[in-house]
Amino acid sequence: MAEEAHGGGIQIHPMDQFVVKPLFGGDSVGMLTPTNVTLWLAIAVGVITLLLVVGTRGRAIIPSRAQSVAELAYGFVYKMVEDVAGKDALVFFPYIMTLFMFIVTANMLGLVPMSFTTTSHIAVTAVLALAVFITVTVVGFVKNGTKFLELFWVKSAPLPLRPVLAVIELISYFVRPVSHSIRLGGNMMAGHAVIKVFAGFAAIAAVAPFSILAIVAIYGLELLVAFVQAYVFTILTCVYLKDALHPSH
Amino acid sequence: MAGESQAPEAGAHTEGAMEALHDAAQGGTAAAHATEAAGMPQLDFATFPNQIFWLIVAILAIYFILTRIALPRIAGVLAERKGTITNDIAAAEELKLRAVEAEKAYHKALAEARVEAQKIAAEARAAIKEDLDEATAKADAEISAKTAESAERIAEIRDSAMASVDAVAKDTAAEIVTSLGRPVDAGAVAAAVEAQIKGDA
Repeated sequence: MAEEAHGGGIQIHPMDQFVVKPLFGGDSVGMLTPTNVTLWLAIAVGVITLLLVVGTRGRAIIPSRAQSVAELAYGFVYKMVEDVAGKDALVFFPYIMTLFMFIVTANMLGLVPMSFTTTSHIAVTAVLALAVFITVTVVGFVKNGTKFLELFWVKSAPLPLRPVLAVIELISYFVRPVSHSIRLGGNMMAGHAVIKVFAGFAAIAAVAPFSILAIVAIYGLELLVAFVQAYVFTILTCVYLKDALHPSH
Repeated sequence: MAGESQAPEAGAHTEGAMEALHDAAQGGTAAAHATEAAGMPQLDFATFPNQIFWLIVAILAIYFILTRIALPRIAGVLAERKGTITNDIAAAEELKLRAVEAEKAYHKALAEARVEAQKIAAEARAAIKEDLDEATAKADAEISAKTAESAERIAEIRDSAMASVDAVAKDTAAEIVTSLGRPVDAGAVAAAVEAQIKGDA
């Protein structure tokens, strides 16, 4: 830990916030152990339920504030699926809505001080990205059969180039889940770690004002990033889905 | 954490060299594991099954809450609102049409009323004219009757006046003759006066 070399007892552990710990003591983290991951996932489920179920219980023609937000989220994702992936992709709307609501809520909850950011873990984002990848691949083959492979055979390119492009397309296709998951997890982790580093520097009186200003600025940026990353993850899912439904270039 | 808690444990085991060595090795791996976790907890694969299990539980929970309750409800509310707005716009359109119709009917009624009023006025005028004509005719007849009567009376008065003139002339002539001192022959005087008047006439 290079930061410890600053002396004066400053302890900066920017990565400690990501450690998975059992909730009720003990050292080992088994598969079913309730951990801080469990707690914050449960809080995310609770917040989503609060917004989308409790918030809309009025079923009002003229919506309340909570209902407006729920309708806004619904309309936002619905329109995204419709615009990006097409009308026949609307079957997958509940799935994509689930992804978006989970990611945006988990990202935002991660910005609560002392919280645990579930989406900063590659294990979580990789599962989400792999789920998308497998869904898209299965849907592509089910809907189009072997025609789905035309996705890799660029018909608009000259014939000699096509095999080369096919290799590139194939690699890019399999890199998708990697980039998809690391983009989200990496963004979350980096932002939170930077905030933590600045928070550690706030212990030094000379740089404290700058440090606190920096925390405020980065916190604002992180709010934006939290939303944008959820948006990017969702819209990429729509783009991949569109490839699966309409594979010809 | 794990390393710190396990290190004294490793020291506590002092029964056999082999065992101590074994424990030290174990502590060493645990410590290495701990530093790795401190450096990048994301790469601590030991926590992966836990995270993945709870993530799948959470995602399934969200999925069921959304598909069973939230999404149908929101879709229903949005559809209902859309329907209400469409209905309201249609109703407004209909009311507008009805307003235009009502205006048309009003104008029509106004025009009819105006025609009716003109008709009534013409009728009234005709009736008045008739009455007036009748009254004028009646008045004319009355006037002519009165005129005739008056003419008759005037003739009568004239006749009686003529008669009086005759008598007065005779009397006056007799008086004049008498005052001239001559005997009055009443018959002669009367004849003379009558002759005079007739001659005048």
